[in-house]
Amino acid sequence: MSPSSSTAPAPAAAPVAQKPATMAQALNQALRDALVADPAVHVLGEDVGTLGGVFRITDGLARDFGDDRCTDTPLAEAGILGTAVGMAMYGLRPVVEMQFDAFAYPSFEQLVSHVSRMRNRTRGALPLPITIRIPYGGGIGGVEHHSDSSEAYYLHTPGLHVVTPATVEDAYGLLRASIASDDPVVFLEPKRLYWSKADWSPQEPREVPPIGRAVVRRSGRSATLITYGPSLPVCLEAAEAAKEEGWDLGVVDLRSLVPFDEETVAAVVRGTGRAVVVHESAGFGGAGAEIAARITERCFHHLQAPVLRVAGFDIPYPPPMLERHHLPGVDRILDAVGRLQWEEG
Amino acid sequence: MTVLDTPAWRPRTEAGPLLPDAAPFRLLGTPEAARLAPALLTELYGQLVRGRRFNRQATALTKQGRLAVYPSSTGQEACEIAAALALGPRDWLFPSYRDTLAVVARGVDPVEALTLLRGDWHTGYDPRETRVAPLSTPLATQLPHAVGLAHAARLSGDDVAALAMVGDGGTSEGDFHEALNFAAVWQAPVVFLVQNNGFAISVPLAKQSAAPSFAHKAVGYGMPGRLVDGNDAAAVHQVLTEAVDRARAGRGPTLVEAVTYRIDAHTNADDATRYRDDDEVAAWRAHDPVDLMERELTGRGLLDDALRQRTADEAEALAAALRERMHDEPRLDPMELFAHVYAEPTQQLRDQEAMLRAELEAEQQS
Repeated sequence: MSPSSSTAPAPAAAPVAQKPATMAQALNQALRDALVADPAVHVLGEDVGTLGGVFRITDGLARDFGDDRCTDTPLAEAGILGTAVGMAMYGLRPVVEMQFDAFAYPSFEQLVSHVSRMRNRTRGALPLPITIRIPYGGGIGGVEHHSDSSEAYYLHTPGLHVVTPATVEDAYGLLRASIASDDPVVFLEPKRLYWSKADWSPQEPREVPPIGRAVVRRSGRSATLITYGPSLPVCLEAAEAAKEEGWDLGVVDLRSLVPFDEETVAAVVRGTGRAVVVHESAGFGGAGAEIAARITERCFHHLQAPVLRVAGFDIPYPPPMLERHHLPGVDRILDAVGRLQWEEG
Repeated sequence: MTVLDTPAWRPRTEAGPLLPDAAPFRLLGTPEAARLAPALLTELYGQLVRGRRFNRQATALTKQGRLAVYPSSTGQEACEIAAALALGPRDWLFPSYRDTLAVVARGVDPVEALTLLRGDWHTGYDPRETRVAPLSTPLATQLPHAVGLAHAARLSGDDVAALAMVGDGGTSEGDFHEALNFAAVWQAPVVFLVQNNGFAISVPLAKQSAAPSFAHKAVGYGMPGRLVDGNDAAAVHQVLTEAVDRARAGRGPTLVEAVTYRIDAHTNADDATRYRDDDEVAAWRAHDPVDLMERELTGRGLLDDALRQRTADEAEALAAALRERMHDEPRLDPMELFAHVYAEPTQQLRDQEAMLRAELEAEQQS
């Protein structure tokens, strides 16, 4: 039953992302390296073959690894994820691409009713090592259905890991870790960071970050911004700008919403006593609500002010001409920091 | 010559050869049945009798509170056992919730096969070991799994086919469409068996589909459709065996519609008298899968009183064993609820596990 190598030609030396590299290149490199490392890895999705994906994340994979390893599927997301379930049942390690956040919804039943619980309902006999890559979030001028932040739907489903990189380096490392994971991972790619650059090359040996560890991107003594994915650069910018106000803000990048690294977050917030959670998706019932609740439960006696949230409004994602009003920006974050009851502290 | 004559726009498949027969294919009671091997007929007969008894016993167990629910396949035993027998040991079966009998006929331990219906939280059997996917309750969602598994087997160069079961109601779901389309595009070695038993709980066929038959739907996907008398075990067995052989030979998927009837209500919790009349049920009882096989065997002198009695005794023994084994309350460990959510439990799950453990210890002490 172990999958033999497919009939595709053996890949030549895979192209290696050159410095500086974009997040898109790092993701492509991660897929390449995973395809080389494990013959069980198969990439499938809409337009992932000849075109290389609408964001070019799978650029050249079909050419270099063959159509059987990087497959253009019919246009049907439930079918993509449903067949990936069967492939995983047979021992393969599918990496599926959902073309856009809002196009992933037809696959929701497969995700909730099967992907998330197959390991559990078979008492561990059928783990499903599927990575579901979903470009998500706004800020790219997309028309409707192209800018959703859908993470809350996924993190509310037990059995899934929900991972989202915010840096070029993490894009590579977390994707490799997700593909290597024996659990299903919803891998949310912040599409407006696809073209962000870093002085990075996968040739330099780096530790692959374990899934479920937050990282302190900036330490600060006044208050802590807790964020992930597309909002990290905004928070770092806000922290820089806050220096003018006399605030020394720290920034925590969660990297993984499930598992949620409660220990790191609680330790940092205990140090500052003030926290703001920042994300693009709607605030009501969003990831920030859960994070704020857990901080309150764990750090109540250390808190100088209620944990605040800066999130997208509770509206359908707005049209591109208005999205700047919706997305959490530096000013809105600093306004929230200003409301952290400094006078009483 | 216009662009409409270029390969991209010409029909990709010829429709004619894919069309099903006008009437359901039958073998029992026809001259064709004469060439069927006696050993196959007696094997099918034994399976039918045991299957019928299994359905009756499982239904009785719901009344005794030993099963939470049982969707009976009484009247559909020919489809159930033929699906199991058409597969080789390396092939995979993808059952729906009404197909416990197919799972048992494939060789899965009956108590394990009934685990979920008993009210437990897991499938009971190991799908990899038995090559039987978990019984699928969300309709038609198991069909793309069968396609993906068959596709993976083909990519791996393995001689493995998959057979996926669905009902007439399930064909209305989007996953039915997506699975058949993927299967045909990928030429996956998979067979779809639609058991058209006339009802989706209470909703009759006429409100489910306006297609000439479900088998006709195959043509739209570019795969052959076969229509078969679902109560004729020999016919279903032959059609499914041919389809599985065809899949294994690399010739792609087949859609088989088996015309049958759900003699019992949807489940023990359903009242079928609210939506159908007794005459209809009686008409189908006159075309019963066990009777059809008995008549064939009797006509060919293959069934004497001794064989009839031996078969009945075997069925009774199986039912008695099932009763006996289902009599014990299953021992469920609540702590195991946390064990298989992830490969490694998250910190939050560990915390909740500790909470439940403390609650259980407090319960034991009180």
